Amino acid sequence: MSAAAPMTSPVLPSLPADRLTRGLLVPAAAVAVLAVAAPFLGGYASDLVVKVMILAIFALSLELLVGMTGLVSLGHAAFYGIGAYVTVLASGDEGGNLLVLLVASMGLAALYALVVGALSLRTKGVYFIMVTLAFAQMAFFVFHDTPVGGGSDGIYLYVRPAIGPIDLENRLTLFYVVLAALAGTYGLLALIRRSRFGAALAGIRVSEQRMRAVGFPTYFYKLAAFVIAGALAGLAGCLVAARDGVVNPELLAWHNSGEVLLMIILGGLGHLRGAVLGAVAFTLLKELLSTHALVGPLADHWQLSLGLVIIAFVAWLPRGLIGLVQRISPEGSR
Amino acid sequence: MSDNADALLKVDGLTRRFGGLVAVGSVSLDLRVGEVHAVIGTNGAGKSTLINMLSGEIAASEGRIALERSDITALAQPRRALAGVGRSYQRNTIFAEFTVLENCRLAAQAATPRPWAFWESAARCAASNQAAHEAMEAAGLTAEAQRIAGTMSHGAKRQLEVAMCLATRPRVLLLDEPLAGMGAEETERMLALLSRLKASHAILLVEHDMDAVFRIADRITVMVNGTVIATGAPESIRTNPEVRTAYLGDEVPA
Amino acid sequence: MDFVSFLIQLLNALQYGLLLFLVASGLTLVFGIMGIINLAHGSFYMIGAYMAFSLSPLFGDSFLLMLLAGVALAAVLGYLLEWAFFSYLYQRDHLQQVLMTYGLILVFEELRSILVGNDVHGVPVPAWLDGSFALGGVMSYPWYRLFASAACIVLAIAMYAVVNRTRLGMMIRAGASNRDMVRGLGIDIRRLYRIVFAGGVALAALAGMISAPMSSVYPNMGASVLIICFVVVVIGGIGSITGALVASLLVGFVDTFGKVFFSEISGIGIYLLMAAVLIWRPEGLMGRKT
Repeated sequence: MSAAAPMTSPVLPSLPADRLTRGLLVPAAAVAVLAVAAPFLGGYASDLVVKVMILAIFALSLELLVGMTGLVSLGHAAFYGIGAYVTVLASGDEGGNLLVLLVASMGLAALYALVVGALSLRTKGVYFIMVTLAFAQMAFFVFHDTPVGGGSDGIYLYVRPAIGPIDLENRLTLFYVVLAALAGTYGLLALIRRSRFGAALAGIRVSEQRMRAVGFPTYFYKLAAFVIAGALAGLAGCLVAARDGVVNPELLAWHNSGEVLLMIILGGLGHLRGAVLGAVAFTLLKELLSTHALVGPLADHWQLSLGLVIIAFVAWLPRGLIGLVQRISPEGSR
Repeated sequence: MSDNADALLKVDGLTRRFGGLVAVGSVSLDLRVGEVHAVIGTNGAGKSTLINMLSGEIAASEGRIALERSDITALAQPRRALAGVGRSYQRNTIFAEFTVLENCRLAAQAATPRPWAFWESAARCAASNQAAHEAMEAAGLTAEAQRIAGTMSHGAKRQLEVAMCLATRPRVLLLDEPLAGMGAEETERMLALLSRLKASHAILLVEHDMDAVFRIADRITVMVNGTVIATGAPESIRTNPEVRTAYLGDEVPA
Repeated sequence: MDFVSFLIQLLNALQYGLLLFLVASGLTLVFGIMGIINLAHGSFYMIGAYMAFSLSPLFGDSFLLMLLAGVALAAVLGYLLEWAFFSYLYQRDHLQQVLMTYGLILVFEELRSILVGNDVHGVPVPAWLDGSFALGGVMSYPWYRLFASAACIVLAIAMYAVVNRTRLGMMIRAGASNRDMVRGLGIDIRRLYRIVFAGGVALAALAGMISAPMSSVYPNMGASVLIICFVVVVIGGIGSITGALVASLLVGFVDTFGKVFFSEISGIGIYLLMAAVLIWRPEGLMGRKT
């Protein structure tokens, strides 16, 4: 196999200095602002913000794999979709217990991630990318062609999950639950990042050979990251099922896997903020490109514009929006 | 020189075949603490394959490797490293993005991995920091601790490559051309480092720089076409007629 | 299952596998030699199919002529694309290649939508290939499918001849194993890449043209082919054309017979095959152990 350009991520804060609290100030402030603003947001705005927050969780889960560990997965939507389908299938007619559904969604997504990861991690580089895509497609087929999912039309969620006084049928409650999930995910990943596990993942990303040479069983570290990422994607999936009230096989489509990958590049690979920023930016981008008022007749062919924007962006701004900010004000992120 | 019973690492009849080709044919040698055992040979002699088998990156087709009486032949590289076999590479495998301290600390972390303790900070791991400082000091890199590894000189990077092997305190060091690409001054520094390390480690040195080999090695094994044609003290190797033939009499210093 | 039915499925499997081989060989060559992962490769298949749809009215029954024209057009397209776009991907890492070629897929799909619309179209089989021949007492097999298989076999032989018997082929094989060496020997690597890439595009487009009368022409047809090609490349081993052939045939058989015996979950058969290969030989059946 020819030595293609190796997977080197753009320069990152390498091993983040141990300033956990300082790094979390801005995100914490954002959470506070959202929490306070929530009751005042109209229906449309609230739905949009919830949608973006869920995508942010999805993007963060992939950031663990791609940004922190250097594993480019093109099949991450599978775990997202599985989480969503499990939520709907396990809800039945009366609606389900939120906690039980969360555990089930994340658990089954993690289980599939364990199987896929165990097999895919026997490969590297381009093989890995192709294999993850293939396994996601396999999952897509299961939901699309078999009676497990409701076929290409999908399935409806009759009653949203609830637990005790927390009822996701209430829009405000859904908002806070999703916000809490996002905050929790972000916090968890921030902790992982500065932990020994995270340091090992960073080492694997930069020089797996050296890591093995000093005694790290790198396969298991990568597998653990893959499973955790899958579980978190399952979390996002559970929430999107609750938000939308319906699931369909498109959730597992490879376009979805491609888009979430785009989000983290758009925001800036290697930064947790980047994943969140990317989710916001990508959603905005898609909205803008399909708004007639802004782009006129091109709005009907937003895929074309999106494709061109993607190409241009990756070509000229490979470090994403955060990279752009860093170039302007190089405060250094160490 | 004491007999075989003192050897820390004993290699017995190590063989590796690739299809019909015998890359390494029944090589036996041993490594003792306090000794630098150099392996020399022309290109294609099988040195790379040999060192890869010793580090655990390639499986042996036949033969046995014992570390202090424990058979480690079946151990994959990470387990073997933790058992006490460290390795440096011909091309740097350092973490260029991180500082020298972070490089050594991450390497040292392999000894106290605690991967489940996600709430604990890696940077504050006392054991890893301690081991990292020791490794940096042994390699003479303490002054560069906060320097980004990729910005150092080539010689310093090669020193770091060796330092990272030391971080998990292995007793056996497999050094693959540590002098690669070095100028005179850098070579001196590296040789001084190897002399210091010799006292407490059993070192295998694969090198092309013959002057350096004859200066630092306590024993030399010569390989040609995958097999050992001679093993012994530098003097006996220097005057060995088969060795002279293999090298066409040119490289072996008079 | 009686013998004639079995024979028919066998022929179907062969035909499917051989067409897959055409597409997959381009993909594996481009990766093996230039080191690029190209998600848009499926789009070339789609472009070929739509070309058949567009050119068919012009050429009528001169099918072979149409194929020739299509191949020429595709090769030119490939040559230009390499020059304008893909040559900038060589230095980039896999992630960037994935994303930029993903963007390219979107562009191609939308252009197709603008130029030809979103309807599903049929492409007529040329008169001289129309109809079926009898197999056994009751069954029949379409001549066109036989033609498709035969065409692929001819192309496979031609590919073998080019790669193993010509100077160009020698350079391709050299480039696959050692890019820097080839450059050092003074061979114009840029032109070599451009030719290889154009060849890959032409092969994929040709496969699309040949399958158009059989499987019709529809939006997103490139995507499914692409993913199956990935499976083929993983099973066969990157950079190996023989591997691609073996794997394509395997996939063809598993998929075809899977549909016959386990119709509902047949879609996942090839992925299970891939999983098995990953367990047993992760570098692919004919891949090189790195």
